[in-house]
Amino acid sequence: MDLFEYQARDLFEAGGVPVLPGRVASTPEQAAAAAAEIATPVVVVKAQVKTGGRGKAGGVKLARSPQEAGERAAEILGLDIRGHQVHQVMVAAGADIAEEYYFSLLLDRSSGGYLAMCSREGGMDIETLAVERPEALIRTPVDPLVGLDAATAAQIVADAGFDEADRPAIADVLVTLGRVYADNDATLVEVNPLVKTGDGAIIALDGKITLDDNAAFRHPEWEQYAESSDADPLEVRAKAKGLNYVKLDGTVGVIGNGAGLVMSTLDVVAAAGAELPGQPRPANFLDIGGGASASVMADGLEIILADPQVRVVLVNVFGGITACSEVAKGISDALAMLGDKASKPIVVRLDGNAVEIGRHLLIEAAHPLVELADTMDAAARRAAELAAD
Amino acid sequence: MSVWLDLNSKVIVQGMTGSEGHKHTQRMVDAGTRVVAGVTPGKGGQSIRFEEDPVPVFNTVAEAVAATGANTSVIFVPAPHTKAAALEAIDAGLDLVVVITEGVAVADTAEFVAHARRTGHTRVIGPNCPGLISPGKSNVGIIPPNIAGHGPIGLISKSGTLTYQMMFELRDLGFSSAVGIGGDPVNGTSHIDVLAAFEADPETRAIVLIGEIGGDAEERAAAYIAEHVTKPVVAYVAGFTAPVGKTMGHAGAIVTGSAGTAAAKKAAFEAVGVRVGHTPSETANLVRQVVAELG
Repeated sequence: MDLFEYQARDLFEAGGVPVLPGRVASTPEQAAAAAAEIATPVVVVKAQVKTGGRGKAGGVKLARSPQEAGERAAEILGLDIRGHQVHQVMVAAGADIAEEYYFSLLLDRSSGGYLAMCSREGGMDIETLAVERPEALIRTPVDPLVGLDAATAAQIVADAGFDEADRPAIADVLVTLGRVYADNDATLVEVNPLVKTGDGAIIALDGKITLDDNAAFRHPEWEQYAESSDADPLEVRAKAKGLNYVKLDGTVGVIGNGAGLVMSTLDVVAAAGAELPGQPRPANFLDIGGGASASVMADGLEIILADPQVRVVLVNVFGGITACSEVAKGISDALAMLGDKASKPIVVRLDGNAVEIGRHLLIEAAHPLVELADTMDAAARRAAELAAD
Repeated sequence: MSVWLDLNSKVIVQGMTGSEGHKHTQRMVDAGTRVVAGVTPGKGGQSIRFEEDPVPVFNTVAEAVAATGANTSVIFVPAPHTKAAALEAIDAGLDLVVVITEGVAVADTAEFVAHARRTGHTRVIGPNCPGLISPGKSNVGIIPPNIAGHGPIGLISKSGTLTYQMMFELRDLGFSSAVGIGGDPVNGTSHIDVLAAFEADPETRAIVLIGEIGGDAEERAAAYIAEHVTKPVVAYVAGFTAPVGKTMGHAGAIVTGSAGTAAAKKAAFEAVGVRVGHTPSETANLVRQVVAELG
């Protein structure tokens, strides 16, 4: 889960990372009030969106009075930045910037540990810097059994070539950021820019944090972040039912068991559809998981049929732990429950655990909407045909 | 021969008294796995009957190892307790620790994987994986034992159900071993580790590698194959239709920016001469072809 900048700022502040005063606002009035409260000669009004490039898109503006802050907020609120609508701005104290640096700490999938990246040249797009001047971006492995300790931080600031006089203060901030990373189960903490002010203070002027969703069990405080996410309504509904659902833009609803098999099913549907009129594509990813019961199957079918774009549903199950008999029961239960609301054809492919019983149940039920297919490829092709123009 | 698991593997089940652990222990025993002990803190002294002989339960892995000579553990404990269970198994000196549990915090995984590497004696597989099977010999985890029998193919996969699907497609040939390494961002065992094991295993004649979006493990596997693998490898990659920035079921299955796409992984394999199937069934046909070419 990605956090908004103001949420990252708040976690920085709580963890002892030096930040400037900042307040989130959803209206121009709130922005003006926030500027009055912060009461610095200059404030910055910043769009709160979970994407980069907001400066170029007009999402970051200076204001020299509370009234101006309100006006700038009015301009920024409602902007569309790379497909993200701006619902909130952060009003932050203006900084007297002498130098801009870059720092991030992230999960390094390649090594199974963490990676710290640091540069004296911050403020710009870091991917550009990494390509154009890779030598200016130093990369330091961080041992997961140790974390970002003082010794590692000292190494980083030396390697990055900071002036001797600045190194201790910057290293201190890095260690604190490392603690924020560990304490909050982050997979990314990024500060761009980390700045040195005119009077020599080191401050995190912007912040990006990604949290590990799997660690939610030990972070009850993360519930506050759920409401601010801008997920699709069907995704929210599916999540409430404990289903793994991702909305896509096609017309073939897909239900399967296991993330890999469902991803594969989407690909096979898209490939089959590419050769047909209207080029039907998958409408969603939905993994009902291992050992799914009839009721889970019914929940899944209900979610998919609630998507008005869906023309046909493809159920692709290879029963490892999941019993195909349960899947068949789930389909029958869901159809009985939905009654007239179930009006889309359902193509079903079953294999594996209890497949004979599962197929038999569906043949016996002889539901007019349900069609059995022998293989995954045949099922995908048939579903794509039914969704074609 | 087979990979990491054979007739001599003596297996402990951590979390055997829980419902998932109990259910899958029964299946492992039915498949011929030598399950010698269960471990559940606070339930030591009990025993559970799966076949003729009751399987004793111990409070700690160390006690279970001392009493039974076990060399392998499979972990079914809930995600919040998985790190402690894995560290305990590593510290007890087991050769192989298979972590089935899904939803483990990645910081916990990073810690026990780093600890295993530091101590140097334990191979960790998983987490969030179906385990591994050497058909006809032993089965540790949740892979259904009756999909395919023993044969010349070695299988490596991030995904459980795609493992089952591919074993089903290739049930005419059979498998030396099938290893599910798991769909999390950090895995104890990588594609490369399994490639190396299959390359060294005389029973394995051809390798099928199943990857998916996210990270660069497949790209690194491709580079490894070019340098170190002489046996034919066929690959399959899932997730061509996955949108950017969405986690597709597996915690590690996410395309970030332009990184981790299925297209990039397919290109990396093809660049080193590894054939890539568009679908599981086409992949299976490619495997049959390379096996036929071996004569």
